[in-house]
Parts: sequence; structure tokens; C-alpha cells
Amino acid sequence: MYDKNKILIGLAVFVVFMTYPFWNNIGSAAYQRPEIEKPKNAKDCVESVEFMRAEHMAMLNDWRDEVVRGGEHEYHSTASHQVFQKSLTKTCIKCHENKDQFCDKCHATVSVNPYCWDCHVDPKGEKK
Amino acid sequence: MKTQRRNFLKIAAMAVLGWGVRPASEILASGGGTASEGLLFASRHKVHVGPNALTASRWAMVIDTAKLNEKVMEDIVHTCHSIHNVPTIPGNQNIKWIWETHMDHLFLEDLHEYQPEAGAKSALALCNHCDNPPCVRVCPTKATFQREDGIVMMDFHRCIGCRYCMAGCPYGSRSFNFMDPRKHLETTNPDFPTRTKGVVEKCEFCAERLAEGKMPACVEVSEGALAFGDLGDPESEVRKLLAERFSIRRSPTLGTKPCVYYLV
Ligand code: SF4
Ligand code: SF4
Ligand code: SF4
Repeated sequence: MYDKNKILIGLAVFVVFMTYPFWNNIGSAAYQRPEIEKPKNAKDCVESVEFMRAEHMAMLNDWRDEVVRGGEHEYHSTASHQVFQKSLTKTCIKCHENKDQFCDKCHATVSVNPYCWDCHVDPKGEKK
Repeated sequence: MKTQRRNFLKIAAMAVLGWGVRPASEILASGGGTASEGLLFASRHKVHVGPNALTASRWAMVIDTAKLNEKVMEDIVHTCHSIHNVPTIPGNQNIKWIWETHMDHLFLEDLHEYQPEAGAKSALALCNHCDNPPCVRVCPTKATFQREDGIVMMDFHRCIGCRYCMAGCPYGSRSFNFMDPRKHLETTNPDFPTRTKGVVEKCEFCAERLAEGKMPACVEVSEGALAFGDLGDPESEVRKLLAERFSIRRSPTLGTKPCVYYLV
């Protein structure tokens, strides 16, 4: 009358389907932070490593608005009190020359695809 | 009874008028970047001035049509387009920041068939960085905005490609990327981004160079045919040229107040 069996089968299929990602991952290696290439020609970044790791996306987002809309091109580092140009290509990529060994390694591992490079030119990448 | 009603209407009408007049300045032009857009004039963005930047209260360009020739114009277009990664696309989807065009296309109302033979046959066209730019008012995302110094800028990050600005601009100063422009670039300048499919672009009066203390690239290679300077400064080169020579602007009757002047 109430199709108990059909409901139970349906529920089982649903539970298996929903939990598939969990048990499919059992036994596979845990997430490991990828080894990124460190710059050879510089010791300090515009800010501390921890700050850059956590905030670089917000910082780049702020930089783009400050430069394009406010005309503010200078960045005053709180770590070293030096002045840098707010520029992906003129500042970041000057040190981290290999985009594929730096940006892409992390982004590929965590599966995010920022579209910075759809417009900004990676000097090394373009030559390939 | 009748007169009372009449008086009431009078007072009401005066009140409405008064309310309408008081914030007129705000309705006509709203200042700063936060207020809403004005009806007649768009708001202007404050620009921070770096230590090396060239500054002006109102940037303008003066083009001496007599000093332009094929070679100079070719150099200018090539220089601008190569440093700004402007592609050359065959067919009708080409991108232009500055281009050569016939005088009668430039000046629809001002020329007639009995012009002196020796006069210039063609000259350069670019965004006029209008004082009252329709492109800024129609842009729904404010991707197109005007700076305090008059430069009409584009935030390529923010443009959604709706092309209202292209409909708004009476000079055809804007180009739309129908396809990925990178496929049509022979060389790229890594210091300037390219654009992507679905984004509008145009001349920005070399705002990125002004910030570094450099004159616009087209002015530098123009062999004196192009002058760039501050309209607000009576001693500036542009003001002197405008005082000495006869000059015209493109379709001034439209009320856009173009800030590119042509010496004829
Ligand atoms: S010329 Fe066209 S694009 Fe340039 S400011 Fe004027 S209306 Fe806008
Ligand atoms: S195409 Fe881009 S710049 Fe033009 S009006 Fe639309 S959003 Fe604004
Ligand atoms: S001012 Fe700069 S962007 Fe505009 S046409 Fe000249 S070189 Fe090109």
C-alpha cells in the first residue's frame, strides 16, 4: 500500500549518492600545500608571507580599484615601510617571474581560476 | 472660497518651485564619487596625485591639422596601438583608440565643398574626453567614469559589454571586442593589459603615463602636430595655441563639450 520497499531503495540510493564524495576520498592523500617557487632576486615581499597567503586576493582587488578609479599607484608596505607600485605585472611578477610555478601551482591545486591573466600579460608566458 | 483655493495653489506652486530650485546644483551635477549621477552632468571622480604625476585642472588636446601628414599619422596610430595592446582585426570588428579619417567625417557641419585645396584632407580622431560626456551618464555600471581632471576613463574590469556607451557617444570613439583581442596581437606590451571578449575600450588620454610624469605617447611622437596641456592654465601650450589660431571642435552643437581641438 505504502510502497515501503520502493521508498527504502530510493532512500538508500539517495544516501549513497550524497555521501559519494566522502567515501570516494577514503584512502586518498590529504591535501598538501604545493611547493611554490620562491623568487631568486628578492628576500621580502610587500607584506609578510602569512598576510600574503591569506589576503593577496583581497589586496589585488583593492589595488585594482585604487589604481584605476582613484589614480593611487603607490603602495606603502606596513612590513618594510617601503613604497611599491600597485601593479601585478610591474611589482608581483618582477619577483615571481614564473607564473606557472607560483600563481598557477596553488590555484590549480585548490581548483580556483582567477581571470587576472585573461587581460594582464604574463611576460614569460607570452613568449612560449 | 475660490480665492482661497487660488492662493493655496499659488503657495503650493511656489513651494514646489522652491524645492526644485534649491538642490539644482545637485540635480545638474553631483560631486564626488558617492553621490548619485546628475541629470545634465555626470559626477566626477577625485584623483589622487602621485609625486611624479603630471597634473591639470582640465586636460585637453590640440591637433594641428596642417602639421599632420601620412607618416606622422601612421606613427601616432602605431605607437598608441602598440603600447596599449590594441589589436588590428580585419573586417568591421577592428578596435581603434586613435585613427585617421576624412575631414568631412570629422566635421559634419563645418566644412563645405569650396574649402581651400591646400587644406588638410584628413586628420586624427580619438575620444574627445568630453566635458559633458553622454557615455558616462548612460553607463549602468560606472565602468566609464570621469576624473576631476576631465579624463574619461574606463575600468575594463567592470565593463559588462552592454554597449550603451557606444550608443551614447556621438563620435564613434569606442570599440567593442567581439572576439579575444589577443589572437590579433603580434606583440604585447606586458606593462599594459589586453582586454577580453565582451569589453568596450577607447583612448584614456594615457592616464597611466601621466601618473608616471610622461606625456601621452601620441603627443610624443607627433613631431609637434599634437599638443597636450591644461585648459585651466592660461600659460599652457594648449591655451596659447587656441588663442593664436582658429580652432574647431567636433559637433559642438550636441552639447558634449569636446576637449580635443583642431587647428584648421
Ligand atoms: S568622445 Fe565619446 S567616448 Fe569620448 S568622452 Fe565623448 S562621448 Fe564619451
Ligand atoms: S559597455 Fe561597458 S563601459 Fe559601455 S556602458 Fe556598458 S558597462 Fe559601461
Ligand atoms: S592619448 Fe594615449 S591613449 Fe589616447 S590616443 Fe594618444 S597615445 Fe592613445
